[in-house]
Amino acid sequence: MRITDKDVSYVADLAHLDLTAEERARFGAQLDSILGYVEQLNELDTSSVAPMAQVLTAQRENETLREDKLRPCLPVDVALANAPESGAGHFKVPKVIER
Amino acid sequence: MSSLPKTIDAVRAALAAKQMSARELAQAALINAEATDTNICAFLTFSPERALAAADRVDASLARGEKLGALAGVPVAIKDVIVTKGLRTTCGSKILEHYVPPYDATAVEKLEAAGAVIIGKTNCDEFAMGSSTENSGFFPTRNPRDLSRVPGGSSGGSAAAVAAGMCVAALGTDTGGSIRQPASFCGTVGMMGTYGRVSRYGLAAFASSLDHIGPFTNNVKDCATVMGVISGRDPMDSTSAAVDVPDYVTLLGKNLHGIKIGVPREYFAEGLDAEVGAAVERGIDTLRKLGAEIREIHLAHTRYAVATYYLIATAEASSNLARYDGVRYTSRGPQAGTLAEMYRSTRGAGFGQEVKRRIMLGTYALSAGYYDAYYLKAQKVRTLIARDFEEAFRHVDLIVTPVSPFPAFKLGEKAADPLEMYLSDIYTITASLAGIPGLSVPCGETQARLSIGMQMLAKHFDEGRLLAAAHAFETASTAERRQ
Repeated sequence: MRITDKDVSYVADLAHLDLTAEERARFGAQLDSILGYVEQLNELDTSSVAPMAQVLTAQRENETLREDKLRPCLPVDVALANAPESGAGHFKVPKVIER
Repeated sequence: MSSLPKTIDAVRAALAAKQMSARELAQAALINAEATDTNICAFLTFSPERALAAADRVDASLARGEKLGALAGVPVAIKDVIVTKGLRTTCGSKILEHYVPPYDATAVEKLEAAGAVIIGKTNCDEFAMGSSTENSGFFPTRNPRDLSRVPGGSSGGSAAAVAAGMCVAALGTDTGGSIRQPASFCGTVGMMGTYGRVSRYGLAAFASSLDHIGPFTNNVKDCATVMGVISGRDPMDSTSAAVDVPDYVTLLGKNLHGIKIGVPREYFAEGLDAEVGAAVERGIDTLRKLGAEIREIHLAHTRYAVATYYLIATAEASSNLARYDGVRYTSRGPQAGTLAEMYRSTRGAGFGQEVKRRIMLGTYALSAGYYDAYYLKAQKVRTLIARDFEEAFRHVDLIVTPVSPFPAFKLGEKAADPLEMYLSDIYTITASLAGIPGLSVPCGETQARLSIGMQMLAKHFDEGRLLAAAHAFETASTAERRQ
């Protein structure tokens, strides 16, 4: 096992995911098997290969941006309509700053 | 309800001959779809009000004698990862069960502007993550050809809806094969354009460097029509391409003389079902008879594609899905005493197993100490896979392969081992990584009458030639099967 329970808990913390003990055990084993599979990429020497982050087609940079013009946006009440909790024109969340 | 038109031409003819009004057609389509769906479970939400309003606009336009749009009165369905204003959009996830978007996706706007009648939102694997639609947070969809089998995924609901005659066309999304594979499993045409060909404004992002929107239809001509409607530059999506969109339909009807088609031997190796392999080989014979020159090619890095894809796609997903945190999108978890607890419990309670698994894998691949070894390495191998295609397209115009190593499998058959499910995407994810256009066109059936699709791939922005070749193939193979 290259993935320990500690690793699983660490990654779940990074991802802000509550996992049950059963999920931690299962994901640990499955991640281990998947990471074992992807090891095969190390067969390839990529020391002189540039990484590909995006499919780039022949376009000039300014073609990808829209005109910088003021235009209507969503009204506040519409933007808040799906919020679990809102008030006074804002999203409501638990207290962020401790006093 | 066998009299419902199955193609765009049939809808147009029925409206022109005044056999029925657009409203009557919409009503009949809704009644038929709701009845058929009790077995298939392709839809998450039906939208009768929106459908009838769109149909009434078409009828009013007809009454005024105006020229009709390319999709006037055509019943369509939309995969539920694409937002629709005022119409619930769940992404197949419990976390968005009650989410009602405040705007329409550009592809949806374009469909409706062309006269399409949206009858509902289709089921899919949660956030488009899966190959069977079994990962839906609500229920699995069934294959219309055999209800004990999956329709493929992740756009399984859209494929099944078109295959079962519930609508004439549907939008799906394809990140690693999620249009082409279900099209193959259900026996429809399904297409993914070049990366950037269709605007993704209003598509809930899964893996931004790989996501596409595209159509399912019952034939290639309809696929060309829908692609023509939804393609093009959109100021709301900076990744959409400023490349002219030809009139695809007028490019159909050409023969294949002088067209060079590459067949990568790596795609016919071990693991390919014998019946699927034989059907695709017969398809290649048909293309040869149509005048195409068939050449063997090599895509040497194919065997690394699954590993590459599942690192890149999950890394991007782990970032994209960070927005579902209990603040803006309808659901908040049971423990919300502190901000961190709210995030964790919202996501722990709202996401299903496959989504959590991919977020974990992607987060791991991006985490300190592993970024270079996994994510960056995968991006470099992606370059090699894209170069394979560049090199191949120096010698050929199109590439033909199977879509999936096997036909539709049974529900539950591959649910236990995620890696086995991932490996089934081997033939479709290479094109996704390279950003080239591809489609699935039916090329035969197994003895058990399960459909088999043939994948055709083209150079960037060469959708016209791709559609023309698929159309020629479809015409010839339909004639062959009739004999």
